Amino acid sequence: MIGLPFIYTVAGVMFALYATLSLADRRLANAAFWGLLALSFLFGDRLGDIANGCLVLGLVAVAATGRMRRSGSEDGADRSAEAARRGNRLFLPVLIVPVVALVGTLAFWRWPGLADPKQATLVALALGVLIALAVACAWLRPHPATPLREGLRLMDSVGWAAVLPQMLASLGAVFALSGVGTVVGGLIGHMVPQGSLIGATIAYGLGMALFTIVMGNAFAAFPVMMAAVGLPLLIHGQHGDPAVIAAIGMLCGFCGTLLTPMAANFNIVPAVLLDLKDRHGVIRAQAPTALPLLAVNILLILWLAFPGHS
Amino acid sequence: MLVLAGIAVIVLGFLLRFNPLLVIAVSAAVTGWAAGLSPLAILAAIGKAFNGVRYVSIIWIILPVIGLLERYGLQERARIFVAGLARATAGRLLIVYLLFRQITAAIGLNSIAGPAHTVRPLVAPMAEALAETQAGPLDDGQREHIRAMAAATDNVGVFFGEDIFLAIGSVLLIKGLLEQFGIVLQPFSLSLWAIPSAIAAFLIHGARLLWLDRRLGRQMARRAAR
Repeated sequence: MIGLPFIYTVAGVMFALYATLSLADRRLANAAFWGLLALSFLFGDRLGDIANGCLVLGLVAVAATGRMRRSGSEDGADRSAEAARRGNRLFLPVLIVPVVALVGTLAFWRWPGLADPKQATLVALALGVLIALAVACAWLRPHPATPLREGLRLMDSVGWAAVLPQMLASLGAVFALSGVGTVVGGLIGHMVPQGSLIGATIAYGLGMALFTIVMGNAFAAFPVMMAAVGLPLLIHGQHGDPAVIAAIGMLCGFCGTLLTPMAANFNIVPAVLLDLKDRHGVIRAQAPTALPLLAVNILLILWLAFPGHS
Repeated sequence: MLVLAGIAVIVLGFLLRFNPLLVIAVSAAVTGWAAGLSPLAILAAIGKAFNGVRYVSIIWIILPVIGLLERYGLQERARIFVAGLARATAGRLLIVYLLFRQITAAIGLNSIAGPAHTVRPLVAPMAEALAETQAGPLDDGQREHIRAMAAATDNVGVFFGEDIFLAIGSVLLIKGLLEQFGIVLQPFSLSLWAIPSAIAAFLIHGARLLWLDRRLGRQMARRAAR
């Protein structure tokens, strides 16, 4: 049975090789950062919580020095020639990844013995990557170190942002432990105008979005906003349809996800991957979609959950 | 109320453009301290969560494949490919991708595309190449905007497609939470009510993409008039 441990080992070995290559290039901060990450992937489950916490502090310390550097530049001229020579077959290895992810997920659901069913998609995705890499190497016959060099070039351009989503999840854990959610939910609950259906619906929808902007995660916002506004005011107070209020309420939260740097894996990591100078460029591009969509979602709750009122 | 100090740290830190990892660590320390947690308890909570969610960083193992293919001209090939499509425009390409993302996410396949494996190597360079055929050479700001729109389209597509799928995490979370409050719902009814928002998301974002095409076309007209 294939599960996350196998994939973590693959990732750990990859980061360890990156660390070694960086060390050979005398880029010590990069070597330290990828080395620590390799340690996390290979031995994280055996280290214990406090040691893992120290490892995180190490990553933060390296990132905060600002000494991580990009690796050597690439040359553009011969790449166009290669592109002309290889034709559209160049797309095939990239397409292997989604195809294997799709077929693998379906197969893992069908035959649950093959892989951990809860992680089916992730395992299938990782297998797709490994197969695509094998096919690309067999076809293009690069120098054996080339995939690693090129991988490191991209990884260095991502830099410390690679662990930003994991860091924000850790912050979320501390927020949860400290009861931040209940305090924010209570504040929003207090601001709802008494007895007004429209006021309560707006407070619920906007609250979901705002809370998600703060926490970076609609899943964290939902239980709090449901308990603070949705359940007492909309479902019990105004007898709204719980399915509508819950389903569309969550989507109001997703509008918030489009607007916040706290949702790093959706909003910051793509900006870094696409070499945008403005780290918040993706959020800026999403705001004109997210804001009207939030308004539409709030109206949808009003219309669909309370059909008698309108 | 004091525990909200951590949120203030985050907002201030991001605004002042300190290193985000540092800002997050300080915010966690301040929040935990305000809630009366011991430094070791805060450290352990951070370490446990960081280790527990390593799967979000699995996506990086795709970079050697993308990097290798980029060296052999993948992005250039993506540009050449769309240049051969007669009626293609940047906006139309992204609308097709939006629909593809929404439909595949709605049937539970939200990991088959994403910023690392489809947007950077394929969608963004294709959209850029098409925008150039529509408007002539792009300046840096326009180039950034086209790329950012490609990433935005990917996000909008997944977010407002995935909740139609029955077994997605958010649907199960909603069902579980409401059961605690004594309300029993069928996952099917939840995914059904996600459909109106999915349509609204497609219409709003799609309209913006068509608007993008119009803007690019107007720029070409201005260029021709000069």
